[in-house]
Amino acid sequence: MENALLTVEHLHKSYGGHIVLDDLSFTVRKGEVIVVIGPSGCGKSTLLRCINALEEIQGGRVLLNGESVRKDAGNIPQMRQKIGMVFQSYDLFPHKTILDNITLAPRKVQKRGKAEAEREALELLERVGLADRKNDYPRQLSGGQKQRVAIVRALCMHPELLLLDEITAALDPEMVREVLDVVLSLARSGSTMLIVTHEMSFAKAIADRVFFLEEGRIMEESADPESFFQCPQTPRAQAFLRTFDYER
Amino acid sequence: MDAEVMKSYLPLYRDALFLTMRIGWQGVMLALVLGLACAAVLQLKLPFIRRIVTVYVELFRNTPLLVQLFFLYFALPRIGIRIPAEVCGCVGLGLIGGAYMTETFRSGLDSIARIQMESAASLGMTSFQIFRYVILPQAVASSVPGILANIIFLLKETSVFSTISLMDLMFTAKDLIGMYAKTLECLTLLVIFYLIMLLPVCIAGNILERRLRYAEFGN
Amino acid sequence: MQSLGIEVLFKGINFQRLLAGLWVSVRLSLISVIISIVLGTGMGMLMTSKSRLLQFFFRLWLETVRIMPQMVLLFVVYFGSTRVFGWNLDAEAAAIIVFSFWGTAEMGDLVRGALISIPKIQYESARALGMDEKTLYLYVILPQTIRRMLPLSINLITRMIKTTSLVMMIGIVEVLKVAQQIIEANRKSSPNAAFGVFGTVFLLYFLICWPVSRLSVWLEKRQAA
Repeated sequence: MENALLTVEHLHKSYGGHIVLDDLSFTVRKGEVIVVIGPSGCGKSTLLRCINALEEIQGGRVLLNGESVRKDAGNIPQMRQKIGMVFQSYDLFPHKTILDNITLAPRKVQKRGKAEAEREALELLERVGLADRKNDYPRQLSGGQKQRVAIVRALCMHPELLLLDEITAALDPEMVREVLDVVLSLARSGSTMLIVTHEMSFAKAIADRVFFLEEGRIMEESADPESFFQCPQTPRAQAFLRTFDYER
Repeated sequence: MDAEVMKSYLPLYRDALFLTMRIGWQGVMLALVLGLACAAVLQLKLPFIRRIVTVYVELFRNTPLLVQLFFLYFALPRIGIRIPAEVCGCVGLGLIGGAYMTETFRSGLDSIARIQMESAASLGMTSFQIFRYVILPQAVASSVPGILANIIFLLKETSVFSTISLMDLMFTAKDLIGMYAKTLECLTLLVIFYLIMLLPVCIAGNILERRLRYAEFGN
Repeated sequence: MQSLGIEVLFKGINFQRLLAGLWVSVRLSLISVIISIVLGTGMGMLMTSKSRLLQFFFRLWLETVRIMPQMVLLFVVYFGSTRVFGWNLDAEAAAIIVFSFWGTAEMGDLVRGALISIPKIQYESARALGMDEKTLYLYVILPQTIRRMLPLSINLITRMIKTTSLVMMIGIVEVLKVAQQIIEANRKSSPNAAFGVFGTVFLLYFLICWPVSRLSVWLEKRQAA
């Protein structure tokens, strides 16, 4: 496919005898926002972890700009710089200030200058409304604030692709909004993202394409989120989406 | 209580204190180095050496220092390994301390969540960078309370040195009690001198621990 | 190769004597542990009280045993009572007093730690279910407290056994003293007895303490899982 940033081909992942991802293939174009939904244990998070080579894979391959991403390859740190990832548990480094959390990798991994890295970090913090917290430690921030910092930390590396793994799942409901707003503005500014989420209305608003994942396979794929959430084609997806409704 | 008697004993106790502190702190240093090295061996999962380290740690954590010292000082010369008493005290303290420190460092390393390493990896850090910038600072900080407790434990354990005829504080007290029967004075001085040796360490430890507490809060 | 002096142990009842010596220190530790558990549980409960005076008193007690080497405490109690006050306190009693004094403080701190680590919500939800105070403590708080304390209190047993080796310093004939006697008695026939006998004592201590500390680790792991 033209403009393919990420290509996943016949990805196969299993733990012991249990198959988690079963022959997955798809591509993501530059600037596209893909939302992956599906029931717990369907392999959504594992998929993101495999793309970033945090997990060993048993078959197939992951290509970023045509270059292979493999856990045992020597160039994996370089490849990972191009793939930003934000986790559910907003895992900031507890021993570093907010600013240091963001600039650690740009300075040590990309060997960028301190002043330049900090300037960019501050710009990004400004964008997510946290510039005044730059000298705080992670423990002084709320969950939503920490998650926004985690996003900034990933952005500061200038990744070509951003993986967001249930980034609002551990947050209090009133903090979900502030984080999702940040993601939405990233999408508008053209970031390429692969998002795993349980926030269905958010998914509908942000997605260019939706993947419905179950039992390690893409059961349904739609380039029209509006109609997908309105009336999914497969019975499985219908059943899944029904679990979010409360009707009597 | 006879103040004059106590005054006349002071130089003896002072010398004993210096000896105890010197051997004690040398032992502590040895224990720290040994503990770090052994924890590294366990962390890196080096084959074979790892087993030796495990046996060493279990063996020395589960026997009293007194018995270890007897073995080093009285038993080893019988197979031709003769170690002077002072070295014996220092090595013995270093060995038992090394075993305890290994456990402390190891649990410090274990306490760091896997996700910390993964998020560092996802930022493109190499294994070395992850260890240097993310794991090590947190592991050291979370080991500090354990290290301090170990240091105090080791300095207290020096009280068995008299059994291998080192002229430490216990030896001096026992000797003086035996010779002059000024028991009350001797015991009072013994307690005071151990306080001089241990109280500053305890206080410094408390301050340091409070300062380093941030690492415990995690996210 | 020269003999390692292990043969001495098989002469007469030497090995039995060694074991009997070991039993002396193990017995002392067991008695002290039992006293410590009983008194320590009470102390731990009192330590959670709001009384400033009680808190200060227990703090002082705890810090004293944490700072002073057990050997110093042994000397103070044994020589202090016999020589300064002229009491007829035998060495074993002095040892039990000192180890219980130490163990009670440590145990008290463990109980206190376990008690305050139980979330308030546990009390509240039990009360919300209509439990009275007795039922609450007996079926909700106590079982959780014991679970949390168990690994650390078992650890205290091994620490106690290791520390009781010190009693030879106040003249109690325990395993190390017996070992010395055996070595001395066989100085001529087995000059290397020191190696074999002290090596055996080393292993005997290990054989006693190791299983107990494995048990403690196992319990801790099982609870973490």
